[in-house]
Amino acid sequence: MPTRIHPILGAFAILVFFFLLAPLVIIVGAALSDTTFLTFPPQGLTLRWFANIFQIEAFRRTAITSLQVALLGTGLSLLIGIPAAYALNRYRVELPRWLSTLFVLPILVPEIVFGFALMKSITIGLGLPVFISLVVGHALLILPYSVRVVGASLASFDFSIEEAARSLGCPPLKTFMTVVLPNIRAGVIAAFILAFITSINDVSVSVFLTGPGISTLPIQILAHMEQFFDPTIASVSVLLMLVTVGVMAIVEATLGLTFLTK
Amino acid sequence: MTVSLTIENLSAHYGTTQVLKDLSISVAAGELVSLLGSSGCGKTTTLRLVAGFLQPTSGRIRLGDRDLTTLPAHARDIGLVFQNYALFPHLTVLDNVAFGLKQRGIAKPDRAKRAMAMLERVGLAPLADRLPAALSGGQKQRVALARALVIEPPLLMFDEPLSNLDAKLRIDMRVEIRQLQRANGTTSLYVTHDQEEAFSISDRVAIMNAGRILQLDTPEVLYQKPASAFVARFVGFENLIRMKVVERQAAIVTAEAAGGTRLHLSQDLFGPIKDDFILACRADGLAVRRDGEGIPALLGTRTYLGRAYQYKCETAAGEITANGPLSDPLDAGARAVLTPLPEQCCILDPED
Repeated sequence: MPTRIHPILGAFAILVFFFLLAPLVIIVGAALSDTTFLTFPPQGLTLRWFANIFQIEAFRRTAITSLQVALLGTGLSLLIGIPAAYALNRYRVELPRWLSTLFVLPILVPEIVFGFALMKSITIGLGLPVFISLVVGHALLILPYSVRVVGASLASFDFSIEEAARSLGCPPLKTFMTVVLPNIRAGVIAAFILAFITSINDVSVSVFLTGPGISTLPIQILAHMEQFFDPTIASVSVLLMLVTVGVMAIVEATLGLTFLTK
Repeated sequence: MTVSLTIENLSAHYGTTQVLKDLSISVAAGELVSLLGSSGCGKTTTLRLVAGFLQPTSGRIRLGDRDLTTLPAHARDIGLVFQNYALFPHLTVLDNVAFGLKQRGIAKPDRAKRAMAMLERVGLAPLADRLPAALSGGQKQRVALARALVIEPPLLMFDEPLSNLDAKLRIDMRVEIRQLQRANGTTSLYVTHDQEEAFSISDRVAIMNAGRILQLDTPEVLYQKPASAFVARFVGFENLIRMKVVERQAAIVTAEAAGGTRLHLSQDLFGPIKDDFILACRADGLAVRRDGEGIPALLGTRTYLGRAYQYKCETAAGEITANGPLSDPLDAGARAVLTPLPEQCCILDPED
């Protein structure tokens, strides 16, 4: 017997899905419109705005920068985040409680304030090159995801197996690599994906850190829209969406999406 | 290779709290010694110090002629069995057992063979390819045991290894542990809070409290002749009666308990008696009679134990638990006399 759903609850759910999905439908529609301006519903159907993306050199260049920044930034954040999450869980009793809060600060501070502070400290203060600033900035922005998500899988990790390994003759670093890492693998992959997606879609921090000649794709989309209000913007957005969907599809196929929400 | 474990004047602190106080103990080659005590007594701390997971503030730990005190845990060569099994969840049963051999640089075919032989000894060879998650608690603990034994360590340590198992399995497993330990002649340190488990498995038992060893003896001695009131209570002496000597006549001592109850005790039977002492009696160590010499009592609730009747008795010296014969059941409210039986009672110093 099927479960009965309350009609108001059903209607509410439909509305939620409508508001979640409608913008996506509109973007896809606008991207296919055979007009020189953004419009919905599309008038005529064409793929030329997708072709146009690849004509514009700035999109190609910034897309590559975005990918590089996202990969390096995510890598850097995991390099800091995994050991941090490990220490926070392993020495939960010994370490002060505020220390774990410290690692989620970038989420708590408004992104625009965070971006501005990064510009003041990294780009201006340390005088780092734009690309390095972007990587460092993104790494800090997504560090909370690395620490939190890896931390979540370490929270259920039984540290006595680490002691078992040590008692059997395995030195500390090797124990971490052969016993701890394989058992938090799912958390590390989840952290990587969340951090990667956050980085590749980020606007508010990047807007302060991009500089002459170097920009990320979302920033380039904004810049493009200020000059041209044509469907190219919509088609770039669709491509960006497809990348995210693609990553999610890989996750679903390999690990199952449920483990991201665990 | 059997060697002895020697712990000398070991002290340990958590922050500013001293959890281990100048503890010394030595486990002879091939011997199994248990550390027994309630939680927080320092028994697990002692084991973790020997394993190298904690650092002592002072003292020395020696295994044979090796000084372990400052060695890192992975260089100590000690087989450890944990309460929660601590198997590697991502490795098969066989790989779990072979883990220690791999660390010792033993070639793959050889370590698989040795791990398999060990699994056979604990009866788990058919499960070699399973992951730990697919095993029952008892099977997990057998794998953990095999994993600790296969490296042929000079010292085996057990940290409450049976606490997570059900009662029947606990008894089977402790027999199995004892047999394997005997067969290998491995010096062993066993931590538990379960008195029956400690007594059944050990050559000697150390009863611990507040970071100290109160008494280290064979189970028989601990059970019959506890050295202090604390140990007596711990090993199940239900009645501790504080008494003072009022008169001595040759070997016969007249002592008085609270409420004026007087007893005549023979030093020939009870051993030397000081002026101020505690008479410790198990419920079995007090004869319940309708009349005679002893502690006058008013019988309360009667419980059937199978081998005897147990009575809660009101006396002038306080509430006393005593067992009476099945042949002569007495009713609640009856008057009786409780007589201490020398061979089942102890004379102890009062505690301050």
